[in-house]
Amino acid sequence: MSRFSLVNWLLVLAVVVLAAVPLVFVDSETGFGGADGLAAERIEAENPGFAPWATPVFEPGSETASGLFALQAAVGAGFLGYFFGAARTRRRLTRHALGPDDPA
Amino acid sequence: MHIAEGYLPPLHAAAWTVVAAPFVVHGARAVVRQVRADPDSKLLLGAAGAFSFVLSALKIPSVTGSSSHPTGVGLGAILFRPPVMALLGTIVLTFQALLLAHGGITTLGANAFSMAVVGPWTAYGVFVLVRALGGGLSVGVFLAAALANLATYSTTSVQLALAYPDAASGVLGAIVKFGSIFAITQIPLAVSEGLLTVLVVRLLRQVSLPELTRLGVFRRPAVSVKEA
Repeated sequence: MSRFSLVNWLLVLAVVVLAAVPLVFVDSETGFGGADGLAAERIEAENPGFAPWATPVFEPGSETASGLFALQAAVGAGFLGYFFGAARTRRRLTRHALGPDDPA
Repeated sequence: MHIAEGYLPPLHAAAWTVVAAPFVVHGARAVVRQVRADPDSKLLLGAAGAFSFVLSALKIPSVTGSSSHPTGVGLGAILFRPPVMALLGTIVLTFQALLLAHGGITTLGANAFSMAVVGPWTAYGVFVLVRALGGGLSVGVFLAAALANLATYSTTSVQLALAYPDAASGVLGAIVKFGSIFAITQIPLAVSEGLLTVLVVRLLRQVSLPELTRLGVFRRPAVSVKEA
């Protein structure tokens, strides 16, 4: 493996470890609830009688929400994949046009 | 950093919308100008937006036992300068507010200001500074993306503190209080965001070197040390 790929894979590994360590070693009371929600709860706890003055126009159930989050990630990742595929091909074709001896 | 729908008092919600709006409008014009001036960069611009789209969908568990997410705005700010991300970041936030009930329309201004204005400008400022001081590309990208993430959440803490000052210790006490909810949670996430942004920039350098060069990513800003 080239040094370039090795470093890339190590970066991926580091991110996975950073996310996995809390899951394994931290005992979460909230089941890893969102920090955004904690802030909202804090506001409710310290301001008795507080009620948000607006509610979301559309609020998906938790199953639907997980699907929509997945959709968001898929659309983004799909476009990134397309971009890298296109850029790689373009680079290869340019190289080919410049020098037929280039093994790439 | 998504302040939930209806959680900012109407006056605060309106004020943050007024503050964020010019940045978003300016950002929209910056996107149009960028695409006109350099049509070949359109795909890369889309990729920068897509990166933010993916990262802000990922809620990652953190050491405090709660989850939070990266913002992904540092990449675009480094490649295309911050105004462009004011628009792209706001599009991401609007999607999440309308379809996921994550964030909200009344709090869109405040959330856009933290994630799409403060985040990208922090990233850009840090990147330019690190490069001017002689730091390497990866070091600059890492610090830019990680600190942009922290700056976004710090801004959210300030916004909440202004709306809900602590009864005893006032706004400053409330900043500490809300900051404590986000700060430690956010540190590992900021590191993750920094690492992922470095990864994408490495890959970009591999496949679209000429474009990055044209955008001036490798340019080292001249150090202007003022002689007193």
